[in-house]
Amino acid sequence: MDFNLSDDRRMLKESLSRFLQDRYGFETRNEIAGSEQGFSRELWTQMAELGLIGAMLPEEVGGFGGEGFDVMTVMEELGRAIVVEPVLPTAVLGAGVLADAGSNSQKALLEKVISGELLLAFAHGEPQSRYSLSDITCQAEKTDDNWVLDGQKAVVLNGDTADKIIVSARTSGTDDEEDGLTLFLIDADARGVSRRGYATVDGGRAAEITLEDVAVGVDAVIGEPGKAFPVIEEAIGRGILAVCAEALGAMDVAKDMTLEFLQTRKQFGVPLGKFQVLQHRMVEMCLEIEQARSATILAAGRMKEDRATRETALSAAKNLVGRSARLVAEESIQMHGGIGMTWEYALPHFAKRLTMIDHLFGDADHHLERFAALSQAS
Amino acid sequence: MDMNFTPEEIAFRDEVRGFLKDKLPEALAAKVKGGKRLLKADYELWHKRLNERGWLAWHWPVEQGGTGWTPIEKHIFEEECVAAGAPRVVPFGLNMLGPVLIKFGSDEQRAHYLPRILNGDDWWCQGYSEPGSGSDLASLKTKAVRDGDHYVVNGQKTWTTLGHFADWIFCLVRTDSDCKPQQGISFLLIDMKTPGITVRPIVTLDGEHEVNEVFFEDVRVPIGNLVGEENKGWTYAKYLLTYERTGIAGVAFAKSGLAHLKQVAAKQMKGRKPLAQDPLFASRVAQVEIDLMAMETFNLRTVSAAQHGGVPGVESSMLKIKGTEIRQEITDLLRRALGPYAAPFVPEGLDEGYNEPPIGPDYANPVASQYFNMRKVSIYGGSNEIQKNIVAKMMLGL
Ligand SMILES: Cc1cc2nc3c(=O)[nH]c(=O)nc-3n(C[C@H](O)[C@H](O)[C@H](O)COP(=O)(O)OP(=O)(O)OC[C@H]3O[C@@H](n4cnc5c(N)ncnc54)[C@H](O)[C@@H]3O)c2cc1C
Repeated sequence: MDFNLSDDRRMLKESLSRFLQDRYGFETRNEIAGSEQGFSRELWTQMAELGLIGAMLPEEVGGFGGEGFDVMTVMEELGRAIVVEPVLPTAVLGAGVLADAGSNSQKALLEKVISGELLLAFAHGEPQSRYSLSDITCQAEKTDDNWVLDGQKAVVLNGDTADKIIVSARTSGTDDEEDGLTLFLIDADARGVSRRGYATVDGGRAAEITLEDVAVGVDAVIGEPGKAFPVIEEAIGRGILAVCAEALGAMDVAKDMTLEFLQTRKQFGVPLGKFQVLQHRMVEMCLEIEQARSATILAAGRMKEDRATRETALSAAKNLVGRSARLVAEESIQMHGGIGMTWEYALPHFAKRLTMIDHLFGDADHHLERFAALSQAS
Repeated sequence: MDMNFTPEEIAFRDEVRGFLKDKLPEALAAKVKGGKRLLKADYELWHKRLNERGWLAWHWPVEQGGTGWTPIEKHIFEEECVAAGAPRVVPFGLNMLGPVLIKFGSDEQRAHYLPRILNGDDWWCQGYSEPGSGSDLASLKTKAVRDGDHYVVNGQKTWTTLGHFADWIFCLVRTDSDCKPQQGISFLLIDMKTPGITVRPIVTLDGEHEVNEVFFEDVRVPIGNLVGEENKGWTYAKYLLTYERTGIAGVAFAKSGLAHLKQVAAKQMKGRKPLAQDPLFASRVAQVEIDLMAMETFNLRTVSAAQHGGVPGVESSMLKIKGTEIRQEITDLLRRALGPYAAPFVPEGLDEGYNEPPIGPDYANPVASQYFNMRKVSIYGGSNEIQKNIVAKMMLGL
């Protein structure tokens, strides 16, 4: 066993870390998050140049990584700066699906994704589906030489700024059957697509997307019609790993900020850190973060294993991160007192991101149940 | 033991219900229940309605224009108001300063300020905390120096809730630095229009403007605005805090929050069934409901002891801790109930005139913001850690 990062990954981590320190201070981040687009094109391009997107993808499609630990390395650094650029929807979800199941011409698009020119979104969840991956009612019907899509997609990350959108739709089966789902790659400005974008609580952007008689060619299908569920599950699996790693970075920063605060803020004539009750709570935070880190490492290492092994590890990680992120978010605000409640201060923004990660790809309870179900099945 | 309300208390409850039905505007109740942003005018309207009925000052004795209610009656009243969706009574003048003036103020002060509070002429805010003095309030530094028949005040207050609406601020100021910190504090009433006062907004993590910083630069305050005796302010301040604390426990808010949570869980779907029927979620809701039932009874035991002459002391700290934990848990479950729809952040949707269709379910928009905002209840009014220190000392003698 070797728990050290490879040299390549360590170098990527270091250059990314330096870049974010120089160019992505908290004030810059908040300005970007509050802007109309919700991210900076300029910084996005620079991140792409640094190799951040390529690192998430395998060599066959022009990347230079794509393994669990690559995703983890990049996302953890991004979490340390609570980066709002659309890395998750474009590089992890969207590009991941194309690399995994795309046709040759669809895979060819990845070159532009890797260079930062093309933005993707993954429109899967629907208003009724909550965290279920198979509860899809959006319909796609085959006409002579087209597919026609109708339906609604909910809280699509980066949905309002993406150039191309991967949409899941039901082509057979009913309600929440896993079988019968198909993925399509559509242009964001295709006829019949309407998008209502909005900001999210944690500084990102998302959109409600309505598809009304959206006609696409047969070449828009990704992979085999009706057989998309495993592709979707793997994409979400990478998403889970990505946000777990992001949470680790954000938790570390929140913990460090709290520690520094306790060392410097004085009340009753002593630094707050002298109060043993607060010391113990800092220790609790550290313990939980270590648990979350271990679970995430385990999941990263199991990304290539069989489904049961991989998904069990992912659900374990997401459950642990959900619990520890809540603890860190709430405790670090509490231990900061009033200052932890202020918009101008960085900490609560970390806390908000940590909290909202629990609402992505299934919360702690969802993954607790899923873990139980998976381990009963095996 | 008799755990039921007396017939008189039930009659009182019905009277309150009748009043709310007649006098609480539906649009206002809908705003409160929908988690919309309240304007100053909304609070003022509700204060006015209550005052017309003589029900605005529940902590004041009848001779001062208060209701003279028993603790149980106050409890009933608050619970009914919250359940009906009434705005909260802004506590600073009515529930904080009022009782202090009644107990420690001069006759002139009572005659001048109390009617003005009732009539809504003066909106008050609370100037206790400072950047360097939060939990350790007694270390406060804002200084008041005697100069003829004025005090000259210099310093800064912070976290001043609704200070941007306020006409007056009651402040703790340092009038003596050569003694134990607690012994050199005075309680001053300051007109916010006095030259030298600057109010700056603090935006909180939910993007809202509710608290402020207040700066004092050579602010001249007539000596007649001193409450009680010079250097005795700490006693008055602590007296006020027990009123503040019991309010923060918020049994009524927790109950209406729980009812709302259950409604939401009945509407949210999980696996094509209402979330309310999901065993895991249902058990989380049940858990908090059990805690709340017990806490409500604890509150009634305390209230009823006060009715029979007992003084809530350490119980107010215990209630504050449990009550705030429960309120926070309820907002946490509400947030989790929404699933992905907790994420949209549409602050303009909290405005009255907003007419766009909601994103996701119509109850979703305020939920995440309220969860984050609710972090404050374990911080203010004396943080929960400080309450535990009080309990450890006063009850356990540790
Ligand atoms: C939304 C909001 C509204 C407010 N409104 C008002 C207002 O209207 N007027 C007003 O005067 N103030 C107001 N406050 C201020 C509030 O009373 C203070 O925030 C509170 O007293 C805590 O002080 P602090 O923020 O300086 O935190 P600190 O005192 O610095 O505490 C930081 C952390 O250390 C902990 N801690 C401190 N001492 C100890 C100890 N001895 N043992 C263990 N733990 C300890 C605290 O519990 C907290 O978790 C408001 C605060 C908020 C957040």
